[in-house]
Amino acid sequence: MMVTLWGTRGSLPSAGPETVRYGGNTACVEVRGEDGTLIVLDAGTGIRRLSAAVGPDDRRIHILLTHLHMDHLQGFGFFEPLYRADVEVHVWGPPSTTHDLRTRLTKYLSPPLFPVRLRDLPCRLFLHDVPMRDFAMESLRVHCALVCHPGPTVGYRITDNGAALVYIPDHEPALGARRFPLAAEWTSGYDLARDADLLIHDAQYTDAEYARRVGWGHSALRHTVTFAALVRARRLVTFHHDPGHSDDLLDALADEARAAWPLSFEFIPGQEGMIFRVPSRA
Amino acid sequence: MAQKEIEIILMRQLASYLSVPIFVVNPEGTLLFYNEPAEALLGVQFDEAGEMPMSEWSTIFKPTDEGGHPLPPDALPLVATLRTGLPSRATLWITGLDGVRRKLDIVTFPLTGQGRRVLGAAAILWDVNST
Repeated sequence: MMVTLWGTRGSLPSAGPETVRYGGNTACVEVRGEDGTLIVLDAGTGIRRLSAAVGPDDRRIHILLTHLHMDHLQGFGFFEPLYRADVEVHVWGPPSTTHDLRTRLTKYLSPPLFPVRLRDLPCRLFLHDVPMRDFAMESLRVHCALVCHPGPTVGYRITDNGAALVYIPDHEPALGARRFPLAAEWTSGYDLARDADLLIHDAQYTDAEYARRVGWGHSALRHTVTFAALVRARRLVTFHHDPGHSDDLLDALADEARAAWPLSFEFIPGQEGMIFRVPSRA
Repeated sequence: MAQKEIEIILMRQLASYLSVPIFVVNPEGTLLFYNEPAEALLGVQFDEAGEMPMSEWSTIFKPTDEGGHPLPPDALPLVATLRTGLPSRATLWITGLDGVRRKLDIVTFPLTGQGRRVLGAAAILWDVNST
């Protein structure tokens, strides 16, 4: 399975000279199975550039949304395959107790916020409540579970011949914990992320920022590193960078993390354009 | 041991910050957690008691009615909530593991998660003599 980061920023796009290396686009990750199965994780502004990587042979695309906050949805209408009649697009999102996925998506994807309505998109569009269990998506297996973040929010575990990618871009597992980590069984996201070959995880804040934003649904880098160790991840890719964090600050935070903690995994600050191979264990 | 459902984790986190005694069970009635204020009523720390099946917690605290007659598990409001999926309320007497008998008002409610998942139930234990 190949994994490409098309947008690593959280909360708000942040283009500018101070963010050119880590990137300013919001959450979007491309996952390609060995057989070419295409899964897109979230539809932040990074999805616009992903359009160019979608070939004429890609006739079925699955977009898995973790939740419907704007930074995970803002690029949706700019995903070119939506305007191809020969493409089947399946959008999966967490169920809500109040409105179905179409109603919630339409809040943004309709005038006056966006000129094109969902029903007018040329592609064959299918919307699904994502099941909270293991299910097959072409050659890949997907497991979905609710995680700690305001509103219904899920993380995804995608496996391909035993290799596991885990994507939890918005996650505050330390919420309410007097000491973190708690026991594994009491830690949000543990089952999802256990023994991940590649863990892409929220690392939005510094400790000082987190102290002022408890309950906003995100992690301090210290929590992210602790969580990755708890779940025995092999590689950690930090993600959902705060829009106010420059390249220099993100470099400095990474250096501090490497110096401060003995890391039992490969620590990779996520940058837009990074490509990872998650080799099959078979 | 498998990870608890996120709603149960959040329920525990909330309970651990409240000064109201809270008792949480899973759909089978297994005790998952009670907080420090509940420890004061039950006479034992949760870390010592640990998780326990309904058959155990429904008897070791010796629930009785006003006349001192033992209450069977089915008469307990938490068990009623698990059976019906509805809130419940009762006044009863328990004897904590510290040997103290206490009169409690108990209010219970189902823990129904996203997607209508049945995750268990929670009880608020109110020491009548403390008010």
